[in-house]
Amino acid sequence: MYVAVKGGEAAISNAHALLADRRRGDRDVPALRLDQIVEQLGLAVDRAMGEGSLYDRELAALAILQARGDLIEAIFLVRAYRTTLPRFGFSRPLDTGAMHIERRISATFKDLPGGQMLGPTFDYTHRLLDPALVGAAVEAPLERVGEESAAPRVTDMLGHAGLIEPDGETDPSREVGDLTREPLDFPLDRDLRLQALARGDEGFLLALGYSTQRGYGRSHPFVGEIRIGEVEVEFEIPELGFAVSLGRVRVTECQMVNQFKGSASVPPQFTRGYGLVFGQAERKAMSMSLVDRALRAREFGEDIVAPAQDEEFVISHADNVQATGFVEHLKLPHYVDFQAELDLLRRLRAEHEGGQAMGEAAE
Amino acid sequence: MNAIAQYNFAYLDEQTKRMIRRAILKAVAIPGYQVPFSSREMPMPYGWGTGGVQVTASIIGPDDVLKVIDQGADDTTNAVSIRAFFAKVANVATTTHTAEASIIQTRHRIPERGLAEGQILVYQVPIPEPLRFLEPRETETRKMHALEEYGLMHVKLYEDISRHGHIATTYAYPVKVEGRYVMDPSPTPKFDNPKMNMSPGLQLFGAGREHRIYAVPPWTEVVSLDFEDHPFTIQHFEEPCALCGAEGVYLDEVILDDLGGRMFVCSDTDYCEERREAGHRGHLAADQGEANS
Repeated sequence: MYVAVKGGEAAISNAHALLADRRRGDRDVPALRLDQIVEQLGLAVDRAMGEGSLYDRELAALAILQARGDLIEAIFLVRAYRTTLPRFGFSRPLDTGAMHIERRISATFKDLPGGQMLGPTFDYTHRLLDPALVGAAVEAPLERVGEESAAPRVTDMLGHAGLIEPDGETDPSREVGDLTREPLDFPLDRDLRLQALARGDEGFLLALGYSTQRGYGRSHPFVGEIRIGEVEVEFEIPELGFAVSLGRVRVTECQMVNQFKGSASVPPQFTRGYGLVFGQAERKAMSMSLVDRALRAREFGEDIVAPAQDEEFVISHADNVQATGFVEHLKLPHYVDFQAELDLLRRLRAEHEGGQAMGEAAE
Repeated sequence: MNAIAQYNFAYLDEQTKRMIRRAILKAVAIPGYQVPFSSREMPMPYGWGTGGVQVTASIIGPDDVLKVIDQGADDTTNAVSIRAFFAKVANVATTTHTAEASIIQTRHRIPERGLAEGQILVYQVPIPEPLRFLEPRETETRKMHALEEYGLMHVKLYEDISRHGHIATTYAYPVKVEGRYVMDPSPTPKFDNPKMNMSPGLQLFGAGREHRIYAVPPWTEVVSLDFEDHPFTIQHFEEPCALCGAEGVYLDEVILDDLGGRMFVCSDTDYCEERREAGHRGHLAADQGEANS
């Protein structure tokens, strides 16, 4: 005998209880503390902050803990919290030229003012699993030696000679776009596009950036500069009439230098792709700058032939919170619609059989 | 660490609600037109009804009575979850009875009982653009709506007929609202389309991930697209509901065993229960008392 399916409520609360249990794991293993995640899983924290669009390491660590290490789930948690926060305004443009640099490299010049600084990079590590890390004795923290010297941005140095397109001027009275407050309206201005990319999924942008290197929208990129470090965030307070510092954020900036363009009025010069991400997120910043450059195709009058150049395609699908929601919603019940399809399919098959029987009778 | 987060009545802050209400007003003023709005991240995933939840959160007041259904049923997990969300963040009364609700949020169905004047039906919409699967670009589809350029849709329906002998769209069947905008009714089975026409209630549609809100105001003409020689028809079930004996309602197929045994029961659980309470019995109905277990 069929019994109507009841108990959704009990099922959900049981599932939540089980989730909490599995998240905690073996109770003999000490629970993770947020400071452990912040300090020792820093790059995961950075990714949750960057794609979550909220600069708060501790909240990001909480999200990672709550999400059992699932970073897209953690990003979602951060976003859902962020969206409830009031928006006071927008900061003045970050002066990344004045960054307190921890890492700074250029692939276009052997040496340059400010020097090359490798910083904390995986780049030249040999990827050999290191058992010594397990239960390693506490070492004394490393002091960084050497004084910090001013490191002007490579693009500014090239810019002095007019070899590269300038940063560009925006009308100071123009409010910077914010896709979290206004619905997107294609085609986008570059500020909104960069905002969408900065929040976009690292894996998606990585794949798109990669595709431009393999010929789908080739742009002949060189890493003009990657710099990671802390910059000051300044906020203009209208009542005061001057800007005050809100504090510092750690960011990764990538300036990609791309094939030159010129016109009748402008002599040929290098073009640029730009990436800026919260925290240390070099792969993301590089991918972002490749995709940014690809998306400027329309601006430079280039043929739009590759996925990475297609603004609607890229921006509409870059957000992993949206993407994972819609992909995963397929597991929600769809039996009403499925029933409708089933009904039609049965009818079509019956007609098909009927038609065949008629055909045989006629023969 | 920030202090424990405090949330406003019905979760959304008042500015956001105002922004959404403005979009709703515009949508009501231009029936069937998709109004862009600045959709927020909600504490449930995109695809779980964030558009509907935002619409409901913006219009709900402390005196409202909320009903939430998914696939026509009040007890599907997502309906339970959304109902619990509003019971928690808005502390509103909830009900499973269609007649008692002032706001009904739905996914994939329109209740069998017609809406009354003053009732609001909020639809959760995954893809608000009826032309999306014919033209993936938003820039293009907006132009097509602006120019009332709907030929492509008719060609699609015509191709269905020439290929299958029928229009092969069984749900999310496109409608024309008040003779102007072609609209996606959300993925409700086409069985429900006629209920949208000249409804006394207000119908609001929220698509969170796609940042769109649209509406069908009360007493608005909603016509399913068709051809003179291939008129629009709705699904017809051969047998009545096995539990309450209802005919002319939408049924779910329940598989009973692995030998092809199946039964058909009302998709609208409230409708089915009310009929059984009124003494109606289908051929597989349990005895009184057992039916509610």
